[in-house]
Amino acid sequence: MSLLRHLTFALALLGFAQTATAQSGGPLRIEITEGVIEPLPFAAPAFQAENSGAGEFARTIAQVVAADLARTGLFREIPADAFISTVTNFSSPIQYADWKAINAQALITGAVATGANGKLTVKFRVFDVFSQGQLGDGLQFTGSTDSWRRMAHKVADAVYSRITGESGYFDSRVVFVSETGPKNARRKRLAIMDYDGANVQYLTDSSSLVLAPRFSPTGDRILYTSFETGFPRIYMMDVASVGRQALDDQPGTMTFAPRFSPDGNTVVFSLESGGNTDIYRMNVNGGSRQRLTSAPSIETGPSFSPDGTKIVFSSDRSGTPQLYVMPATGGEAKRISFGPGRYNTPVWSPRGDLVAFTKQNAGRFHIGVMRSDGSEERLLTASFLDEGPTWSPNGRVIMFTRESQGANGAPALYSVDISGRNLRRVTTPGAASDPAWSPLQK
Amino acid sequence: MKHITKAALLVAALSASACTNPGRFGAGADGAMAGSVADPASPAYFQQAVGDRIFFAVDQSTLSPEARDILAKQATWLADNPEYTAIIEGHADEQGTREYNLALGARRASAVQTFLIDRGVAPHRLRTVSFGKERPLEICSEESCYSGNRRAVTVISAGGMTS
Repeated sequence: MSLLRHLTFALALLGFAQTATAQSGGPLRIEITEGVIEPLPFAAPAFQAENSGAGEFARTIAQVVAADLARTGLFREIPADAFISTVTNFSSPIQYADWKAINAQALITGAVATGANGKLTVKFRVFDVFSQGQLGDGLQFTGSTDSWRRMAHKVADAVYSRITGESGYFDSRVVFVSETGPKNARRKRLAIMDYDGANVQYLTDSSSLVLAPRFSPTGDRILYTSFETGFPRIYMMDVASVGRQALDDQPGTMTFAPRFSPDGNTVVFSLESGGNTDIYRMNVNGGSRQRLTSAPSIETGPSFSPDGTKIVFSSDRSGTPQLYVMPATGGEAKRISFGPGRYNTPVWSPRGDLVAFTKQNAGRFHIGVMRSDGSEERLLTASFLDEGPTWSPNGRVIMFTRESQGANGAPALYSVDISGRNLRRVTTPGAASDPAWSPLQK
Repeated sequence: MKHITKAALLVAALSASACTNPGRFGAGADGAMAGSVADPASPAYFQQAVGDRIFFAVDQSTLSPEARDILAKQATWLADNPEYTAIIEGHADEQGTREYNLALGARRASAVQTFLIDRGVAPHRLRTVSFGKERPLEICSEESCYSGNRRAVTVISAGGMTS
């Protein structure tokens, strides 16, 4: 992973004259908020290999771009065997009629070249077939050949952004708990992967139970809970070096459920003492704890608003776990969940408008969202056990844990759009739980 | 704040012994503790004759009359065997979120700790830990299994407390 982290991507506008895009039908556009039922058909022919070393990259990069777009549910890839035209030169004029004939509304073309010192250059263009024009400027990324998937994700992010008007989420990672062994002797370790399940790497061994990792706002550090002393404690890990430190070490207490503040300097968490669990905050570099709640009930699952001024958390002070919002420095909390059932694991969306949560009601578990004032609650999923939502960097997709029922039950990662559509299992090497989505990588 | 290297972690894991580290969930799933049940001063006697665990109702940490009977016997045994300390493990069934169940398991362990202290066990001999829903004994997804997993287990060991 350190290779990737130390990569810098050179990004350049291609120096081609841009064709006008606005035509009678208006530019190609998906308005996500209006609810897309019919995915937009696109074609992504294999990119052009500009030298002999680039052939494999040219093919696989186009495949990753197409898979990213199709996975959103907003786009549908037209298979290559339907193509009338082939693209044989990145600079040749586009035969729009051939792409229009197979109903490809968007066309993505690209070219790949390998250079000295393991460099890889990827350039691409997006065309609005029906308006017969290029959508935005051509772009070029340069990185190392090891990072070819990241470059593909960056191309896909740019395409997504041009067509939806929103930022993408493909060049991102997910940290999660990898699980092995039977249900009554489960072994767990931290793992990290690309958002689509590629490039899995393990960050800890299985010698201690680990739970619920969370990314820092820049994706360089992870907070998590480990039983390595025999008791649950919060640790902070540097992703690049895998070095870690205990954040709080007061014997006789447990600490868990940590999250970073939006500036990355503060951690908010639960601390249990004498059977009572409350919420505290402290500086990640040490220093004294500040107690934010003081109640005989369970207060846990704190999550900052993106502006850092408020914290949403769960509390069973009313008798069942419900969601509350309080100032980030503590103080009076306002209850925001009022439906039937039990609400836990609230997570503020990166846009600030919504809170995702786990809801347990009538023997089923749901992932849901509500506005941060508690209005407009919507349940997105239902199963024997869904829990622990995490937001995509653009706030459009939620990933979570779904555990199957029974003696052979095991957890897996799933994602769903905030519309409730596009439920998908996320590929992992084995059983997996507690995903946390990174910010978009730089 | 200590930085821990991977090597140090490995050493720590290897040096953890069976009955003192709750990370191995003590006398939970498989292991009989040391000694013979015939010996009233043995950990095996505590586990099997006294009874090392009690059970809870859904989402509750209150002690049932049956639980109080067992805990009273635990307190007597601990009074008779002062060389032993105990870690009380609190557990929850799988019907709940991970973090809430950690807090719930802590409530259960603490209820046991409070009872034992009230019955004269010195506080310094007792520690609590919660495993939430992470260490079920029973693996079906039915109440018959859930009721066996909502438990607090008193895991004894000779000598002082580990960290």
